[in-house]
Amino acid sequence: MSNRRQFIQQLAGSALGVGLVGGVLGLIARQGAALPPHALRPPGALDEAQFTAACVRCGLCVRDCPYAILKLADWLDGPAPGTPFFTARSGPCEMCEDIPCVPACPTGALDPSLTEIDNARMGLAVLIDQETCLNALGLRCDVCYRVCPAIDQAITLELSHNQRTGRHTVFMPTVHSDHCTGCGKCEHACVLDTAAIKVLPIQLAKGELGAHYRLGWEEKERAGGALVAPDREHQFNLPEGKGYDYYGPGLVDEPGSTTDDTPFGANPLETLRRGIGGGGE
Amino acid sequence: MGWPGVEAQHKFGWWHAHRYLLLRRLSQLSVIGLFLLGPLTGVWLIKGSLSSSLLLDTIPMTDPLLMAQLLAAGQWPLAEAFIGTAVVIGLYALLGGRVFCSWVCPVNVVTDAAHWLHRKLGLKGRLHLARSSRLWLLGAVLLTALFVGQPAWEWLNPVSLASRLLIFGLYGGLLALLLLGLFDLLLMRRGWCGHLCPLGALYGELGRVAPLRVGTPNRAACNDCMECFEVCPEPQVIRPALKGEGPRVAILDGHCTNCGRCIDVCSQHVFAFGGRTAVASEALKNLKRPEGE
Ligand code: SF4
Ligand code: SF4
Ligand code: SF4
Ligand code: SF4
Ligand code: SF4
Repeated sequence: MSNRRQFIQQLAGSALGVGLVGGVLGLIARQGAALPPHALRPPGALDEAQFTAACVRCGLCVRDCPYAILKLADWLDGPAPGTPFFTARSGPCEMCEDIPCVPACPTGALDPSLTEIDNARMGLAVLIDQETCLNALGLRCDVCYRVCPAIDQAITLELSHNQRTGRHTVFMPTVHSDHCTGCGKCEHACVLDTAAIKVLPIQLAKGELGAHYRLGWEEKERAGGALVAPDREHQFNLPEGKGYDYYGPGLVDEPGSTTDDTPFGANPLETLRRGIGGGGE
Repeated sequence: MGWPGVEAQHKFGWWHAHRYLLLRRLSQLSVIGLFLLGPLTGVWLIKGSLSSSLLLDTIPMTDPLLMAQLLAAGQWPLAEAFIGTAVVIGLYALLGGRVFCSWVCPVNVVTDAAHWLHRKLGLKGRLHLARSSRLWLLGAVLLTALFVGQPAWEWLNPVSLASRLLIFGLYGGLLALLLLGLFDLLLMRRGWCGHLCPLGALYGELGRVAPLRVGTPNRAACNDCMECFEVCPEPQVIRPALKGEGPRVAILDGHCTNCGRCIDVCSQHVFAFGGRTAVASEALKNLKRPEGE
């Protein structure tokens, strides 16, 4: 009898132990699953949660990176312990043409369908500090733009008026997510003491429109014409022979109009006599 | 009872009383050494770590517990990982599952050292857990992977941490090994490897089928010095073979690590490596005698 009680007690104890251990493990894994902003995954890495679930933390990708930029995460590094990452500022991905890190992966945590390095999306560059970026200040540094392997596609220089001097142009480094691979070269090269352009994990860097959003101009183009009843031409209460040009000088003579009347002629008395609206005699 | 192995050493010499121990340490060292050979000299025989590796650029090997966690977490890895797991399972199913523990795993060096110190200092463990706890822990590890969709054990797994400490120089493993060593030394004799490690539990199950076994062919000569029980990391496995009835003498329990330490310390040559069907030597004599006569 006491044997049986002991057995049940042991069973309950063990089950409790399992529950406790599982709970603690689960918590740790949940807590530790978020990728810190400085850490970038190798090319081809699955979505972060899928990646940490699929990676066996073997380091084969680390060994096969010829530039030795990849590192397995230590306990305090931030990313899930044992998973590979790199830090753009200290060592960016050189975007090897044959992407040796990807076929090294035995699990597919680095997706083998990535065969074109330009399609890699390791992160997304963001010109995060527009108060210190030299180009934003109106100077011509351009370093991030020049080092970008996808120059003029991933980063362009967008021109705008320099309000401070009133006579110069600001060449704003501008990143385009449809071409930026997140290699980190720009952040690595930024000449400031602390980079003004930073490569962040995409989920941090990128906004997302609500799923229900439709951009009118895109819809219009897709449909080949306006989808709603076209705006009616605005009716102005103008003197005869006059028109209004929104995009141009404003009040204009209608083409072909013969009258050289102006609504308010040089002689105010004349205007009064006519009555506003040109009712006249 | 004297310090285990002393008598064997008197009778057969130092090397004889330590050979399997030394061979094991050499094997454990070589495994790590081979992993380091590539990064240090550029000669790549094996690449990766104990979690998953590539031997001679062709043969993959993958930790079965990691694979089990991946699958439980809902992942379906590439064929390479499946082949690698099959290679490892095949290897240890042949050699004895827990051969990994005694001949490869770096944590074993620490827990063995803790055990040695524990006896030297004459300490008593305070904590008592059933040896089956490791199966429960194994269950917890797999269930957690199932529920959180992550190989959660890898945040703590001392085997992976130790392997990364030695092969990739990550210091996290140092803390893990220190804690484990202290746990074994102060709280529970043979606590980790003998009662808790889920990887050991898994390999223990593989050991159930292994053809290579330590046995007690010369058990008639046993003088009950108990030294084998003292050094054995899983002493419960010895009794059935040493004190059992019938001609079969192989240690069939999957948790025998095939470490050979019992062979080292026994002054009566009771133990030897053999197959699952090894037969006591006196039974052999009985079998042979009729032919001779
Ligand atoms: S693409 Fe090349 S440089 Fe970049 S992580 Fe892979 S191996 Fe390293
Ligand atoms: S090779 Fe794959 S499984 Fe191994 S550490 Fe790199 S990403 Fe993880
Ligand atoms: S991370 Fe920087 S350098 Fe690399 S592609 Fe993107 S913008 Fe260019
Ligand atoms: S290198 Fe740095 S400072 Fe120069 S333009 Fe790029 S972000 Fe600005
Ligand atoms: S029985 Fe012998 S070989 Fe097996 S674990 Fe014990 S000491 Fe090692």
